[in-house]
Amino acid sequence: MNKQELKTYLEQTFPAAKVEETFDFPLMFVDKSELLDVAQKLKDSKETLFDFLFCETAIDRNPSFEVVFHLSSTTYHHDMMLKVVLEDRNNPELPSVYSLWKAAELYENEIFDLFGIRFTGHPNLRRIMLGDEWPGFPLRKDYKDDVNVVTL
Amino acid sequence: MDVNKDFIPEFPGDVYKDETGKTSFIVTSVDSIANWARSNSLWPLSFGTSCCAIELMSTVSAKYDWSRFGFEVMRASPRQCDLIVVAGTITYKMAPVLKRLYNQMPEPRYVIAMGACAISGGPFFYNSYSVVKGVDNVIPVDVYIPGCPPRPEALIHGMMTLQEKIKASKAYVIEKKPEDNDSM
Repeated sequence: MNKQELKTYLEQTFPAAKVEETFDFPLMFVDKSELLDVAQKLKDSKETLFDFLFCETAIDRNPSFEVVFHLSSTTYHHDMMLKVVLEDRNNPELPSVYSLWKAAELYENEIFDLFGIRFTGHPNLRRIMLGDEWPGFPLRKDYKDDVNVVTL
Repeated sequence: MDVNKDFIPEFPGDVYKDETGKTSFIVTSVDSIANWARSNSLWPLSFGTSCCAIELMSTVSAKYDWSRFGFEVMRASPRQCDLIVVAGTITYKMAPVLKRLYNQMPEPRYVIAMGACAISGGPFFYNSYSVVKGVDNVIPVDVYIPGCPPRPEALIHGMMTLQEKIKASKAYVIEKKPEDNDSM
Protein backbone atom coordinates (compact mmCIF):
# COMPACT_ATOMS: atom_id res chain seq x y z
CA MET A 1 0.00 0.00 0.00
CA ASN A 2 1.24 3.49 -0.63
CA LYS A 3 0.97 6.26 1.92
CA GLN A 4 -2.49 7.47 0.91
CA GLU A 5 -3.97 3.97 0.66
CA LEU A 6 -2.52 3.06 4.03
CA LYS A 7 -3.99 6.16 5.63
CA THR A 8 -7.44 5.38 4.21
CA TYR A 9 -7.12 1.77 5.32
CA LEU A 10 -6.23 2.81 8.88
CA GLU A 11 -9.13 5.26 9.05
CA GLN A 12 -11.56 2.57 7.96
CA THR A 13 -10.18 -0.26 10.08
CA PHE A 14 -9.74 1.71 13.31
CA PRO A 15 -12.56 4.28 13.34
CA ALA A 16 -11.95 5.11 17.00
CA ALA A 17 -8.35 6.16 16.42
CA LYS A 18 -7.19 9.53 15.14
CA VAL A 19 -5.19 9.25 11.90
CA GLU A 20 -2.98 12.07 10.66
CA GLU A 21 -0.76 12.60 7.71
CA THR A 22 2.86 13.59 8.27
CA PHE A 23 5.57 14.37 5.76
CA ASP A 24 6.78 10.78 5.72
CA PHE A 25 4.52 8.16 7.33
CA PRO A 26 0.82 7.94 8.26
CA LEU A 27 0.44 8.57 11.96
CA MET A 28 -2.16 6.97 14.20
CA PHE A 29 -2.93 7.84 17.82
CA VAL A 30 -4.21 4.98 19.97
CA ASP A 31 -5.30 4.79 23.55
CA LYS A 32 -2.92 2.86 25.79
CA SER A 33 -5.62 0.36 26.74
CA GLU A 34 -6.08 -0.54 23.06
CA LEU A 35 -2.39 -0.51 22.17
CA LEU A 36 -1.77 -4.26 22.28
CA ASP A 37 -4.96 -5.13 20.36
CA VAL A 38 -4.28 -2.57 17.64
CA ALA A 39 -0.62 -3.56 17.35
CA GLN A 40 -1.56 -7.24 17.16
CA LYS A 41 -4.03 -6.48 14.37
CA LEU A 42 -1.52 -4.38 12.45
CA LYS A 43 1.05 -7.12 12.72
CA ASP A 44 -1.16 -10.06 11.77
CA SER A 45 -3.73 -8.78 9.29
CA LYS A 46 -3.08 -9.79 5.68
CA GLU A 47 -3.38 -6.22 4.38
CA THR A 48 -0.68 -4.63 6.51
CA LEU A 49 1.70 -7.31 7.94
CA PHE A 50 3.72 -4.87 10.05
CA ASP A 51 6.29 -7.44 11.17
CA PHE A 52 9.16 -5.07 11.91
CA LEU A 53 9.42 -2.49 14.71
CA PHE A 54 12.27 -0.37 13.41
CA CYS A 55 12.15 2.31 16.06
CA GLU A 56 10.46 2.87 19.37
CA THR A 57 11.05 6.08 21.22
CA ALA A 58 9.42 8.66 23.46
CA ILE A 59 8.85 12.40 23.46
CA ASP A 60 8.39 14.59 26.51
CA ARG A 61 5.61 17.08 25.65
CA ASN A 62 5.66 18.37 29.23
CA PRO A 63 3.44 17.53 31.04
CA SER A 64 2.39 14.54 28.88
CA PHE A 65 4.56 11.88 27.29
CA GLU A 66 4.23 10.37 23.82
CA VAL A 67 5.57 6.92 23.04
CA VAL A 68 6.18 6.48 19.32
CA PHE A 69 6.29 3.16 17.47
CA HIS A 70 7.69 3.11 13.94
CA LEU A 71 6.42 0.05 12.13
CA SER A 72 7.50 -1.39 8.84
CA SER A 73 6.48 -4.36 6.71
CA THR A 74 9.15 -6.49 5.12
CA THR A 75 6.54 -7.91 2.74
CA TYR A 76 4.87 -4.74 1.46
CA HIS A 77 7.61 -2.21 2.30
CA HIS A 78 5.23 0.31 3.78
CA ASP A 79 5.72 2.12 7.06
CA MET A 80 3.60 3.84 9.67
CA MET A 81 3.82 5.56 13.01
CA LEU A 82 1.82 4.67 16.08
CA LYS A 83 1.59 7.03 19.03
CA VAL A 84 0.38 6.59 22.56
CA VAL A 85 -0.14 9.65 24.75
CA LEU A 86 0.50 9.23 28.48
CA GLU A 87 -1.11 11.95 30.56
CA ASP A 88 0.00 10.80 34.01
CA ARG A 89 3.42 12.35 34.47
CA ASN A 90 4.10 10.94 37.93
CA ASN A 91 3.31 7.37 37.03
CA PRO A 92 3.77 6.85 33.26
CA GLU A 93 3.06 3.26 32.37
CA LEU A 94 1.96 1.32 29.31
CA PRO A 95 1.96 -2.31 28.17
CA SER A 96 5.14 -3.62 26.56
CA VAL A 97 5.01 -4.71 22.93
CA TYR A 98 7.82 -7.21 23.54
CA SER A 99 5.38 -10.06 22.96
CA LEU A 100 4.84 -8.86 19.37
CA TRP A 101 8.27 -7.54 18.39
CA LYS A 102 11.37 -8.83 20.21
CA ALA A 103 13.25 -5.66 19.21
CA ALA A 104 11.17 -3.75 21.75
CA GLU A 105 13.25 -5.13 24.62
CA LEU A 106 16.21 -2.78 24.16
CA TYR A 107 14.13 0.17 22.97
CA GLU A 108 11.95 -0.04 26.06
CA ASN A 109 14.96 -0.38 28.34
CA GLU A 110 16.35 2.79 26.83
CA ILE A 111 13.05 4.69 27.17
CA PHE A 112 12.79 3.57 30.78
CA ASP A 113 16.37 4.67 31.41
CA LEU A 114 16.04 8.17 29.96
CA PHE A 115 12.34 9.01 30.46
CA GLY A 116 11.26 6.79 33.35
CA ILE A 117 8.31 5.31 31.47
CA ARG A 118 7.57 1.84 32.78
CA PHE A 119 6.47 -1.01 30.52
CA THR A 120 4.31 -3.72 32.04
CA GLY A 121 5.10 -7.21 30.79
CA HIS A 122 8.67 -6.33 29.82
CA PRO A 123 10.99 -9.30 30.55
CA ASN A 124 13.86 -7.32 32.12
CA LEU A 125 13.24 -3.63 32.62
CA ARG A 126 16.46 -2.02 33.85
CA ARG A 127 18.69 1.03 33.46
CA ILE A 128 20.63 0.08 30.39
CA MET A 129 22.98 3.05 29.78
CA LEU A 130 23.19 5.05 32.96
CA GLY A 131 24.23 3.40 36.19
CA ASP A 132 21.76 1.82 38.58
CA GLU A 133 22.35 4.64 41.05
CA TRP A 134 21.54 7.45 38.62
CA PRO A 135 19.13 10.03 40.08
CA GLY A 136 16.27 11.10 37.83
CA PHE A 137 15.65 10.69 34.12
CA PRO A 138 17.87 12.95 31.97
CA LEU A 139 15.69 13.36 28.86
CA ARG A 140 12.72 14.69 30.80
CA LYS A 141 12.18 18.39 30.29
CA ASP A 142 12.17 19.07 34.03
CA TYR A 143 15.47 17.22 34.68
CA LYS A 144 17.86 19.38 36.68
CA ASP A 145 21.63 18.91 36.76
CA ASP A 146 23.33 21.90 38.34
CA VAL A 147 26.80 20.35 38.31
CA ASN A 148 27.26 19.27 34.71
CA VAL A 149 24.79 21.23 32.65
CA VAL A 150 24.99 24.98 32.14
CA THR A 151 21.55 26.41 31.45
CA LEU A 152 20.80 29.84 30.06
CA MET B 1 94.66 -4.67 23.98
CA ASP B 2 93.27 -1.32 22.96
CA VAL B 3 89.61 -0.45 22.84
CA ASN B 4 88.22 2.23 20.56
CA LYS B 5 85.09 4.32 20.85
CA ASP B 6 82.33 3.07 18.57
CA PHE B 7 79.38 5.06 17.30
CA ILE B 8 75.76 3.91 17.61
CA PRO B 9 73.14 6.47 16.57
CA GLU B 10 70.98 7.89 19.37
CA PHE B 11 72.50 5.66 22.03
CA PRO B 12 72.73 7.62 25.30
CA GLY B 13 76.29 6.79 26.32
CA ASP B 14 79.67 5.65 25.04
CA VAL B 15 80.32 2.31 23.35
CA TYR B 16 83.83 0.81 23.28
CA LYS B 17 85.13 -2.10 21.19
CA ASP B 18 88.48 -3.69 20.46
CA GLU B 19 89.68 -4.84 17.02
CA THR B 20 88.65 -8.46 17.47
CA GLY B 21 85.11 -7.57 18.55
CA LYS B 22 85.35 -9.99 21.47
CA THR B 23 85.68 -7.27 24.09
CA SER B 24 83.12 -4.50 24.25
CA PHE B 25 81.50 -2.41 26.92
CA ILE B 26 79.34 0.65 27.38
CA VAL B 27 79.57 3.57 29.73
CA THR B 28 76.31 5.28 30.56
CA SER B 29 74.00 6.09 33.45
CA VAL B 30 71.15 3.91 34.67
CA ASP B 31 68.65 6.70 34.08
CA SER B 32 69.57 7.35 30.49
CA ILE B 33 69.76 3.72 29.37
CA ALA B 34 66.51 2.77 31.12
CA ASN B 35 64.73 5.78 29.67
CA TRP B 36 66.20 5.05 26.26
CA ALA B 37 64.76 1.55 26.39
CA ARG B 38 61.41 2.64 27.77
CA SER B 39 60.82 5.52 25.39
CA ASN B 40 61.62 3.46 22.31
CA SER B 41 59.39 0.55 23.15
CA LEU B 42 56.04 1.92 24.26
CA TRP B 43 53.22 -0.56 23.96
CA PRO B 44 49.87 1.22 23.71
CA LEU B 45 46.59 -0.24 24.85
CA SER B 46 44.06 -0.60 22.07
CA PHE B 47 41.52 1.70 23.66
CA GLY B 48 39.28 4.05 21.69
CA THR B 49 35.88 5.38 22.61
CA SER B 50 34.86 7.48 19.61
CA CYS B 51 35.99 9.22 16.43
CA CYS B 52 39.55 9.92 17.64
CA ALA B 53 40.00 6.15 17.58
CA ILE B 54 39.64 6.27 13.79
CA GLU B 55 42.61 8.64 13.56
CA LEU B 56 44.42 6.40 16.03
CA MET B 57 43.82 3.38 13.80
CA SER B 58 45.00 5.35 10.82
CA THR B 59 48.20 6.24 12.68
CA VAL B 60 48.79 2.58 13.54
CA SER B 61 48.22 1.32 10.02
CA ALA B 62 50.54 1.30 7.02
CA LYS B 63 50.24 4.89 5.81
CA TYR B 64 51.47 6.61 8.98
CA ASP B 65 52.89 3.54 10.75
CA TRP B 66 53.87 4.65 14.25
CA SER B 67 56.03 1.53 14.62
CA ARG B 68 58.70 3.65 12.92
CA PHE B 69 59.01 5.64 16.15
CA GLY B 70 59.03 2.66 18.49
CA PHE B 71 55.39 2.40 19.53
CA GLU B 72 55.17 -1.07 18.08
CA VAL B 73 52.22 -3.33 18.59
CA MET B 74 48.97 -2.44 20.26
CA ARG B 75 48.00 -4.78 23.04
CA ALA B 76 44.49 -5.76 24.01
CA SER B 77 45.40 -6.44 27.64
CA PRO B 78 46.36 -3.62 30.02
CA ARG B 79 48.80 -6.02 31.75
CA GLN B 80 51.06 -5.86 28.71
CA CYS B 81 50.85 -2.10 28.14
CA ASP B 82 52.68 0.93 29.39
CA LEU B 83 50.78 3.59 27.46
CA ILE B 84 47.11 4.38 27.19
CA VAL B 85 45.92 6.77 24.50
CA VAL B 86 42.53 8.06 25.59
CA ALA B 87 41.00 8.55 22.16
CA GLY B 88 37.48 9.84 22.55
CA THR B 89 34.71 10.94 24.86
CA ILE B 90 34.69 9.48 28.36
CA THR B 91 31.26 9.18 29.91
CA TYR B 92 30.47 8.69 33.57
CA LYS B 93 29.73 5.07 32.81
CA MET B 94 33.09 4.57 31.09
CA ALA B 95 35.16 6.43 33.73
CA PRO B 96 35.37 3.58 36.29
CA VAL B 97 36.35 1.19 33.48
CA LEU B 98 39.13 3.53 32.36
CA LYS B 99 40.32 3.91 35.94
CA ARG B 100 40.44 0.14 36.34
CA LEU B 101 42.34 -0.30 33.07
CA TYR B 102 44.85 2.30 34.20
CA ASN B 103 45.30 0.58 37.56
CA GLN B 104 45.89 -2.75 35.83
CA MET B 105 48.78 -1.43 33.78
CA PRO B 106 52.28 -2.15 35.15
CA GLU B 107 54.45 0.85 36.06
CA PRO B 108 55.93 2.95 34.57
CA ARG B 109 52.75 3.89 32.76
CA TYR B 110 51.90 6.89 30.65
CA VAL B 111 48.67 8.54 29.51
CA ILE B 112 47.99 10.62 26.42
CA ALA B 113 44.75 12.61 26.22
CA MET B 114 43.94 12.75 22.53
CA GLY B 115 41.43 15.26 21.19
CA ALA B 116 39.06 17.82 22.64
CA CYS B 117 36.80 15.30 24.39
CA ALA B 118 39.62 13.70 26.39
CA ILE B 119 41.06 17.12 27.25
CA SER B 120 37.94 19.00 28.31
CA GLY B 121 34.78 17.06 27.51
CA GLY B 122 34.66 18.05 23.87
CA PRO B 123 33.42 20.84 21.67
CA PHE B 124 29.90 19.38 21.51
CA PHE B 125 29.33 17.23 24.57
CA TYR B 126 30.68 19.38 27.40
CA ASN B 127 27.22 20.58 28.38
CA SER B 128 25.87 17.12 29.00
CA TYR B 129 24.77 15.15 32.01
CA SER B 130 26.79 12.11 30.98
CA VAL B 131 30.24 13.33 29.86
CA VAL B 132 33.36 13.61 32.04
CA LYS B 133 34.88 17.06 31.52
CA GLY B 134 38.44 16.02 30.81
CA VAL B 135 40.05 12.66 31.39
CA ASP B 136 42.48 14.25 33.87
CA ASN B 137 39.62 14.17 36.36
CA VAL B 138 39.98 10.38 36.32
CA ILE B 139 43.64 9.53 35.64
CA PRO B 140 46.84 11.62 35.47
CA VAL B 141 47.73 12.76 31.94
CA ASP B 142 51.25 13.18 30.51
CA VAL B 143 50.60 14.71 27.09
CA TYR B 144 47.57 16.57 25.72
CA ILE B 145 46.93 16.59 21.97
CA PRO B 146 44.37 19.20 20.88
CA GLY B 147 42.18 18.74 17.83
CA CYS B 148 38.81 17.35 16.87
CA PRO B 149 40.06 14.84 16.01
CA PRO B 150 43.83 15.47 15.80
CA ARG B 151 45.43 14.40 12.54
CA PRO B 152 47.80 11.42 12.62
CA GLU B 153 50.76 13.82 12.34
CA ALA B 154 49.57 15.54 15.51
CA LEU B 155 49.27 12.21 17.30
CA ILE B 156 52.78 11.22 16.22
CA HIS B 157 54.04 14.59 17.42
CA GLY B 158 52.32 14.01 20.76
CA MET B 159 53.85 10.55 21.05
CA MET B 160 57.31 11.91 20.29
CA THR B 161 56.77 14.62 22.90
CA LEU B 162 56.01 11.84 25.35
CA GLN B 163 59.26 10.12 24.36
CA GLU B 164 61.16 13.32 25.10
CA LYS B 165 59.39 13.60 28.42
CA ILE B 166 60.35 10.03 29.32
CA LYS B 167 63.97 10.64 28.31
CA ALA B 168 64.14 13.68 30.59
CA SER B 169 62.62 11.91 33.58
CA LYS B 170 64.18 9.99 36.47
CA ALA B 171 64.04 6.30 35.65
CA TYR B 172 64.17 4.98 39.20
CA VAL B 173 62.76 6.93 42.09
CA ILE B 174 63.39 5.17 45.37
CA GLU B 175 61.09 6.39 48.07
CA LYS B 176 62.85 6.57 51.41
CA LYS B 177 61.10 5.85 54.64
CA PRO B 178 60.98 8.71 57.19
CA GLU B 179 63.31 6.92 59.69
CA ASP B 180 66.06 6.65 57.05
CA ASN B 181 66.09 10.40 56.75
CA ASP B 182 66.51 10.80 60.50
CA SER B 183 69.66 8.67 60.66
CA MET B 184 71.32 10.59 57.85
